[in-house]
Amino acid sequence: MDGLPEEALRARFEEIVAADGRIEPRDWMPDDYRRTLVRQIAQHAHSEIIGMQPEGNWLTRAPSLKRKAILMAKIQDEAGHGLYLYSAAETLGVSRDELTGLLHAGQQKYSSIFNYPTLTWADLGAVGWLVDGAAITNQVPLCRCSYGPYARAMVRICKEESFHQRQGFEILYTLSHGTPAQHAMAQGAVDRWWWPSLMMFGPPDDESPHSAQSMAWKIKRHSNDDLRQRFVDMCVPQAEVLGLTLPDPLLRRNEERGHYDFGPIDWEEFRAVVRGDGPCNRQRMEHTIAAWEEGAWVREAALAHAEKQAARRPPAAGEVAA
Amino acid sequence: MSAPEWPLWEVFVRARRGLSHNHVGSLHAPDAETALRHARDVYTRRQEGVSLWVVPASAITASSPDEKDPFFAPAADKVYRHPTFYEVPEGAGHL
Repeated sequence: MDGLPEEALRARFEEIVAADGRIEPRDWMPDDYRRTLVRQIAQHAHSEIIGMQPEGNWLTRAPSLKRKAILMAKIQDEAGHGLYLYSAAETLGVSRDELTGLLHAGQQKYSSIFNYPTLTWADLGAVGWLVDGAAITNQVPLCRCSYGPYARAMVRICKEESFHQRQGFEILYTLSHGTPAQHAMAQGAVDRWWWPSLMMFGPPDDESPHSAQSMAWKIKRHSNDDLRQRFVDMCVPQAEVLGLTLPDPLLRRNEERGHYDFGPIDWEEFRAVVRGDGPCNRQRMEHTIAAWEEGAWVREAALAHAEKQAARRPPAAGEVAA
Repeated sequence: MSAPEWPLWEVFVRARRGLSHNHVGSLHAPDAETALRHARDVYTRRQEGVSLWVVPASAITASSPDEKDPFFAPAADKVYRHPTFYEVPEGAGHL
């Protein structure tokens, strides 16, 4: 670009990142930076899309019209978040179809948390409070990510996610203060989702090889363990308000550290789910591939219609030429 | 993946009357009308706008991304274009 030597371009890139500036789509950037962003943003986008499945599971069985309308709005948001993120990824020179293809081929991943089932209505409460809560903890620092389009997408997403978390909290609060059976249902859901939510922050820092580079590039602002601790510290008082317990006998306040200590995480389970051996991995992939394939005729018909319409009148700039 | 991708559109939203349209992101759609509907669903779910523009991404011509590009250089040495360049004698009031 512009005939400048690579060292000069790299120096310019590093200068912008060091000054907390933003890298924009057509700027020069190191290949690894671009690759890391494509992988991370695509995985993030796929997670939003796959994340609609465990929620959609309860759409027709939500306990009231109000709750159904709210859940519908939440699922629409997930689709929207996926689209903001795909749009950010595309600014890096990959196509939407390419990313969809990589997901379907199992070459790009989505967050493992969505491979767990939503067994009861209370699970949607736990998903909102814990899973969306963990996601927000991860995502708020991404609003300051060095890549402009990703940071801007995250600003929109974080604004919308806070409704999701409160919605989940309210479901759990209502159940927890309901009948004994409803309380037990809420507790059961929290027991199921607590540990997988802690795994959402990724492996411990000393086993997270890409973290250091991502932090140097200011894609990532805090380490996995720091974010996990922040999340635990936030949840403990909230669980008390809910009148529910967190399923960890080792969870206690450590005055010296000023944080809550918590028990060991079962990383073997995490690795198994990432590997594809979680409770719902196969179902999630089959469903998303079926939705894509069954929608193919709609995409083709819409394109054919657009081409036919365009042929009937003088074409506007940029429209698909037949 | 047999059919080609729907074309890419850039989306601009006017948040409220009195403001200009701002770029908010992009989306895919087969034609302008569908692009507008998609833009409404994707970018204005919370009353973020009173007006939308969709522009085929391929129709945009952009300047070079390098900020040090000589393209913008002519403005760099013309400080006299700013009112602060001028000294105003006392007593001139609001000039």
